[in-house]
Amino acid sequence: MNTASIDPSELIACPNCDLLHAARQISEGERLRCARCGTKLASSRPNAIDRLLASAVTNAILIAGALFFPFIQLDGGGTRQSATLIDAVSAFGGGLTTPLVLVVAAFIIVIPFMRASALIYTLWPLRFGRAPYQGAARAFRFANILKPWSMAEIFIIGVVVALVKIAGIAQVSLGPAFWMLTAIVLVLLLENHNFCRWTIWQTLGKHTQA
Amino acid sequence: MDNLANPRKTYAGLTARKAGLIACTTCGLVEHPREICQRCGAALHSRDPQSFQKTLAWLIAGMIFFIPANLYPMLITNTFGTEQKSTIIGGVIELIEYKSYFVALVVGVASIVVPLAKFAVIGLLLASIRGRWQSNPYQRLHLYEITEFIGRWSMIDVFVVAILAALIQLNFVASVNPGVAAISFALSVIFTMLSAQSLDQRLIWDSMNETSNHE
Ligand SMILES: [Zn+2]
Ligand SMILES: [Zn+2]
Repeated sequence: MNTASIDPSELIACPNCDLLHAARQISEGERLRCARCGTKLASSRPNAIDRLLASAVTNAILIAGALFFPFIQLDGGGTRQSATLIDAVSAFGGGLTTPLVLVVAAFIIVIPFMRASALIYTLWPLRFGRAPYQGAARAFRFANILKPWSMAEIFIIGVVVALVKIAGIAQVSLGPAFWMLTAIVLVLLLENHNFCRWTIWQTLGKHTQA
Repeated sequence: MDNLANPRKTYAGLTARKAGLIACTTCGLVEHPREICQRCGAALHSRDPQSFQKTLAWLIAGMIFFIPANLYPMLITNTFGTEQKSTIIGGVIELIEYKSYFVALVVGVASIVVPLAKFAVIGLLLASIRGRWQSNPYQRLHLYEITEFIGRWSMIDVFVVAILAALIQLNFVASVNPGVAAISFALSVIFTMLSAQSLDQRLIWDSMNETSNHE
């Protein structure tokens, strides 16, 4: 095959094995997979950008809300205490408590919120068919880098384990903020379903390269 | 046009590298060789030249921090004046004693089995790349993907300790403090995640391409 004749813009390369495929218009609900390793290359969901934007906005609101509502209620030793996530982060304990709580807060609040904001910034103008904002490519890259570091779903399991461990010492009940975090996990699952990096980059690229 | 309509159409098993092109790992654009991707601005490499070293360096860092994570206490509990220290394994055994078998299983797998398996898999993948293995590239890629997907879940125990410490300091009956192991373990998980992310999966397939394209 004469490689010089290939137009790169008509190609999709598999990110996992580098195999070249012909890019083409995929119909709604269809998935394009790598012929060699099966990796999903692109998918098309109806109104994908709308839905992604909706999940990002919902997430940002839920994260902000989860900060201020009681997360957990503790009854023990004759006292009853309800704590929000902000209480938990700002109740500076001794020793390693503070650094540890700050790291955890980054994973479950700061990073998810930054990621949702970056996605909103990227997708908002696209949803209305307008040109992306300045730096949208950078924002979207940033959102993708943050993805594995956003750990709400792991935290939920952590809370459940903590409740089992604490059962002997105090009576604990879950507050609205816990259920908000749980809702975030469900929204993230929906987001994953609608997420096609390739399509969003194509849309972004149409504007930046023109 | 007929070709473009066929999802199975590949360029005769041609990879971007063989075609003299570079695929951007960040946005997927296939481009003629250049320094920076013209669509997303990420650095463009046919294969990340530092992938092997970075993966190995983060892996070693992750393994080193795994040692204090298991030797030192994870949790220091003070109930009615009695101090009790528990390590990661100690915490799992305690859960078994309380007959919380399922929770013990979850914590044990996340804190001990997953990190060890992850070290082994990344080590194996590095060996396979260096040794130019040609067998089972699909299985190796699959192992890599599972590792990347599951590695983050090791963070459970760190979250548990942070939640207990933050909660119980609001209460004066007991006090709970994280031990050195909590921070060491968090760092071990972070470094191992960075190690997996540094691996350029395309390297797994390169030794295959050498033979299959020499027809
Ligand atoms: Zn592939
Ligand atoms: Zn790119």
